Amino acid sequence: MTSVTDVSPARPSFRLTRALRGLERLVVPALLIAGWEAFARSGVLPPALLPAPSAVLHALGDWVFGFDETTQIYSGHWLRDALASALRVFGGFALASLLGILAGVAIGWSRLFEKTLEPTLQMLRPIPPVSWIPLAIIWFGIADKPAIFLVFLGAFFPVLMNSIHGVKTVDHNLVRAGAMMGANGRQILTDIVLPAALPSIFAGLRIAVGSAWMLTVTAEMVAVKSGLGYVLWDSYYFLRYDIVLAAMISIGLLGYLSDLALKAIMARTLRWQQATTVQGRAG
Amino acid sequence: MAAIELRNIVKVFSDKRRSRDLLTLDNINLDIEANDFVCLLGPSGCGKSTLLNIIAGFEQATSGRALVDGKQVESPGSDRGVVFQQPTLMPWLTAIDNVAFHLKLRGVGRTERYDRAMEFIDLVGLRGFEHHHPSELSGGMNQRVGIARALLMNPSVILMDEPFAALDAQTKLEMQEELVAIWQKRRCTIVFVTHSVDEALVLGNKIVVMTRRPGRIREAVNFDLPRPRDITSPEFNDAKRHILSLIREESTRLARAS
Repeated sequence: MTSVTDVSPARPSFRLTRALRGLERLVVPALLIAGWEAFARSGVLPPALLPAPSAVLHALGDWVFGFDETTQIYSGHWLRDALASALRVFGGFALASLLGILAGVAIGWSRLFEKTLEPTLQMLRPIPPVSWIPLAIIWFGIADKPAIFLVFLGAFFPVLMNSIHGVKTVDHNLVRAGAMMGANGRQILTDIVLPAALPSIFAGLRIAVGSAWMLTVTAEMVAVKSGLGYVLWDSYYFLRYDIVLAAMISIGLLGYLSDLALKAIMARTLRWQQATTVQGRAG
Repeated sequence: MAAIELRNIVKVFSDKRRSRDLLTLDNINLDIEANDFVCLLGPSGCGKSTLLNIIAGFEQATSGRALVDGKQVESPGSDRGVVFQQPTLMPWLTAIDNVAFHLKLRGVGRTERYDRAMEFIDLVGLRGFEHHHPSELSGGMNQRVGIARALLMNPSVILMDEPFAALDAQTKLEMQEELVAIWQKRRCTIVFVTHSVDEALVLGNKIVVMTRRPGRIREAVNFDLPRPRDITSPEFNDAKRHILSLIREESTRLARAS
């Protein structure tokens, strides 16, 4: 679908326009980084307190590739740290998705589950996941388990809420149409209600993956001795703000990539929906 | 035995918020013969859709019985195909998968499903669009998919609830002609709900005029004008005058009562 403002490909300046439009997006970040670099080099603040972008990039490069050990014990260990965090995110997120979708669909579908299960879950929901940290450490010790538990708590409720919503708001007429075509109760659930609820469930998963990264870093600051969050907190104790910033950038990047991956899966699964979005074009 | 028998059907909706009951259908008795094309004609809110939903099994009558082929209706089933006011297609399925949905539910394999569905895609003139999703088709095309979906089940009756109400005038005319052609070709029983006198006269060979709430049957008019029907012919106008006078009587009666 093309909109009226789209430049026709027949025009010779099309490629140039598109290249320029790509650059447009980079203007603000480039100015910010240039300003930051200039400010850091001006010496108003000591370089230890506000490292220049070049210094952060240097630290990140050494952390990843280990070329001059400027990040000391972390030099060259980025992949190990990122993997540790990613596995916690993945573990907690997978568990939360599975249980969140199951419980959400059960509550949305059956009055019995709604009455018995939902009040308890809704009471647990407002408790901030972080406040579970003391209990999580007592129960699971200092290892992966408390982090996975926290990630699970943060990711579970968005999936739950959106699954309930998705199932409850299924067009009643679709269910009627299914019954008219001879669908039994189980078929109405699997062949009509679930696919109809998928857009809503995916919206929940996307919120959940963001929460998962936030919580894994929080958990690593207090309950685990590895991962990007641990490096961030440990570097803070040694006043290595360049590594702190490099860790923040890494978390942001990985969070962004997980969302992109989820978005790609969603686009494949919900291909039928694409023509109905407001803008109807990719991007 | 008639294809559809409605016996003393009463439907009361209880309005809980205002704690009062609303009599929607008051003692409906009607026989519909096999291969009839019956139009239920009445103003909005007269209960004609409710009556259709009771035959479809979506709603239960408060008292009275609805029988289809001699069997009492208790729940929806594939012996009664329903075409809804909105197409009500599964948006995640392509046209052909929507048409074949009934077969999928019965566990029929993909090749056979598509073979049988293609026959009905052709019947409603949608060849070439079978792999489109509902969001990529126009309202009229989606309504055709809905009709093909109902026909594929080979139901003994087809129930249609103002299926063309949301279409533009020209598409509506085309669809009406096609529906009559399909009905003539396949010989099935159709119950068609409409509030348009013209539509009822173009389509039906029996027109059941209903009164405003509570819904009662004012008169069942047999109308055997040969097809294709010329909507400007004197016979058509005579029938229209008769039906309009039934409706007008009804509104003057109401005006006097109030």
